[in-house]
Amino acid sequence: MTTESLKSAPKKNYFYRLIESFGATILESVEGLGSYISFTLNALSWMFRPPYRFRLVFEQLYFVGNKSIFIVTLAGSFTGMVMAYQTYFAFNLINVDSLVGTVTAITLAKELAPVLSGLIVAGRAGAAMTAQIGSMKVTEQIDALEVMGINGVQYLAVPRIIAGTLSLPMLSALYLFIGNIGSYFVGTKFLNIDEAIYLSKLGEFMFLEDIWQGLIKAFFFGFIISTVGTYFGFNVTKGAEGVGKGTNLSVVWGMIMVLISDYFLTSFLIQVL
Amino acid sequence: MLSFDNPAVRIDKLTKTFGKHTVLNELSFDIPRGKITTILGFSGAGKSTLLKHILGLMHPTGGKIEVLGKDLSELRPVELREFRQKFGMLFQYAALFDSLSALENVAFPLREFTKLDNSEIVSRCHKLLDSVGIKEITRDNLPSELSGGMRKRVGLARALALSPEIMLYDEPTTGLDPITTHMVNDLIVSTSEQSKDRQMTSIIISHDVRASLRISDFVAFLDRGNIVEYLPASEFANSKNELVQEFVNL
Repeated sequence: MTTESLKSAPKKNYFYRLIESFGATILESVEGLGSYISFTLNALSWMFRPPYRFRLVFEQLYFVGNKSIFIVTLAGSFTGMVMAYQTYFAFNLINVDSLVGTVTAITLAKELAPVLSGLIVAGRAGAAMTAQIGSMKVTEQIDALEVMGINGVQYLAVPRIIAGTLSLPMLSALYLFIGNIGSYFVGTKFLNIDEAIYLSKLGEFMFLEDIWQGLIKAFFFGFIISTVGTYFGFNVTKGAEGVGKGTNLSVVWGMIMVLISDYFLTSFLIQVL
Repeated sequence: MLSFDNPAVRIDKLTKTFGKHTVLNELSFDIPRGKITTILGFSGAGKSTLLKHILGLMHPTGGKIEVLGKDLSELRPVELREFRQKFGMLFQYAALFDSLSALENVAFPLREFTKLDNSEIVSRCHKLLDSVGIKEITRDNLPSELSGGMRKRVGLARALALSPEIMLYDEPTTGLDPITTHMVNDLIVSTSEQSKDRQMTSIIISHDVRASLRISDFVAFLDRGNIVEYLPASEFANSKNELVQEFVNL
């Protein structure tokens, strides 16, 4: 072996290891995606089999929906107010400030309400789903269910998925409503936009399809967040440390999947609606 | 090797592999009805894997298991779930549902699988909790508010709620102080005696040799996926197997 080849050997190894590590990451991601899809299909199949546990669904609706009302209201009102301000100062330059309410409302309806309420629910309820199910897994509570002849996915995941999927459109609608109140308040009271013009432009340019688009998106985001939250819960390993890691992954992946699916849903819904 | 007519569990050449690693290796033995049988072994010997096979929570790579005369591999998933209602299990750390009180934990299987009204369920739960010595004042406490021994007792009451035909104990005394250990062992014996009329079979997974010899009718020793000794408890300490002698004299 020449001196030259000896010098180049470590570089080659490093490059090789880099490709190897990149390949391993891709394989791991594909495997993880497959496992998630398989879990979701399994949960969907259990959704339509008796016994139907409505009490558990209502408990989860209360947890995911009711308990998120405060934070969604807070975020919605400030988003609407900030949107009104930012839009006003841009639109004022070209003398179309009468459209502030309309633009804010359409942006909220189509994008901000479903996406931001989705991110809030992913951080709050999605993480809680993973932590609850994960800690049940590491303390053998899920095994205890299975030994009794109760399917863990049906008992724990299905009510959470139904509740998440139904709650998010409602939370998104609340976000939209509160956001518009915030925007109206700032626009008409602080920015001196005429109330009648504000409302008439809103009625003229905003359509029911805009609201539908946001609600349909929220429905899918709710489904994604709750399946991701429960999936990571069932896949927790290695005790308390694993629960923390699973919760972290659940929030990160829940948010990533909301943002990615938002693009595809938008491009699809624009053509359909 | 001991064999029994009409056993509660019949294991025939059971093999389980995970990739290249063989955990259970053509294991064969019978567990008699109405008796207490303990399976001893070192950590990693395959005890928990064996327990999961008996419960039908794992599928064998080879061989078969008959429980109460039924070949588990022939049962459909729905039938297997129903069949599991014949089992009760006390987990190593009790595995109580942490969002439910002690009483509601015991009520859980009754609410899921019976059509009894609430007052009847509550009354049954009180009787079960009486039988395991849980005082009335602690029955509304959450599992996190109970001591380790109390959790085990509540776990036992929950496992007994549906009057199981086979009661499984997964290392029931691990992590308990000597007095509580003694109490849990006595509870296992008294539970078995109280259920003698319906021939309840008790299977214990443990590595507590002394307690096993005291409370069991039969003791099996599992090593590297196979039963290397299986004797009545009274004869187990005199086994000629070197590994068993080493384990007994530790």
